[in-house]
Amino acid sequence: MRELSLNVLDIVQNSISAKATVIEIELLEHIEKDLLEINIFDNGKGMTEEQVKSVIDPFFTTRTTRKVGLGIPLFKMAAEMSGGWLDIKSEVGKGTRVYTSYGYSNVDRMPVGDMNGTVSMLIRMNPDIDFVYTHSINEKSYVLDTRELREQLDDVPLDTPDVIEWIEEYLKENDAELTT
Amino acid sequence: MKSLAELKAIKEKAQAQMTARENNDDGIRVLVGMATCGIAAGARPILNKFVDEIAKRNIHNVKVTQTGCIGICQYEPVVEVVVPGQEKVTYVKMTEDKIDRIITEHIVNGKPVTEFTIGSYKD
Ligand SMILES: Nc1ncnc2c1ncn2[C@@H]1O[C@H](COP(=O)(O)OP(=O)(O)OP(=O)(O)O)[C@@H](O)[C@H]1O
Ligand SMILES: [Mg+2]
Repeated sequence: MRELSLNVLDIVQNSISAKATVIEIELLEHIEKDLLEINIFDNGKGMTEEQVKSVIDPFFTTRTTRKVGLGIPLFKMAAEMSGGWLDIKSEVGKGTRVYTSYGYSNVDRMPVGDMNGTVSMLIRMNPDIDFVYTHSINEKSYVLDTRELREQLDDVPLDTPDVIEWIEEYLKENDAELTT
Repeated sequence: MKSLAELKAIKEKAQAQMTARENNDDGIRVLVGMATCGIAAGARPILNKFVDEIAKRNIHNVKVTQTGCIGICQYEPVVEVVVPGQEKVTYVKMTEDKIDRIITEHIVNGKPVTEFTIGSYKD
């Protein structure tokens, strides 16, 4: 992947395949601590401890029945390249929490890229799923929670073009606010 | 600053238009491969451009959706166009500048752009 926002787009596909109805994405830029964190939480079907082990290190598994997935290993590699790590906590029937950390200023850290593009695309393509996106820079942060949007919109779907445009503007304005 | 209250106005406008909007379940489907292989090869801007162009040209009977890995990772980004009653057409190694012709020639005028399809890449 060329940017971390594409890894996020990909990792969230796993949550969607796991039938999640609420997906949280956190982009936490602790610049003063030279730390970047990207976390993805879902309430999908979850995995057993054994499954978690084999998806993190697919080449250590003895299983040969299924094709080896690439999404999680690529995400892990991106984190480790920058001096960070990936960790997964999952519980069957409850959901999955994917945590990653990066050395913020590490030369081998990939750029975050267009995270807003990832968020708005995910909402547009999955209007029945709720997304909660948190972006922080140092101690400032904001949240986009589609459940709050739905309260205002009643039966109007989130993938209505005017709604998507509103979301894109909202993300842009709040990002600008974070850096002032 | 954007406020949630603005969504009320968007809602009212959308509700007014909703009854007029026809059901497009039996329309054309554009499927963009969004598995790891597709995303890594650049599927995100392709999907965005299809959605934007179709909206811009006011084409109503087309639904753009995402699909998983169809097993031809080396040809990603892959886009499948399904016109009801016709065979599915698979476009491979998609770039943004191929989208214009696919929309004009295939989606609007019903003639697949053969030179962009998988058949033209395989021997
Ligand atoms: N959030 C999740 N909830 C439940 N199961 C998950 C989740 N994330 C991953 N998995 C399981 O781990 C497997 C490996 O995921 P990974 O993204 O690495 O590969 P993949 O999705 O199978 O294939 P691809 O290479 O297209 O991503 C998935 O097939 C799924 O079984
Ligand atoms: Mg995956």
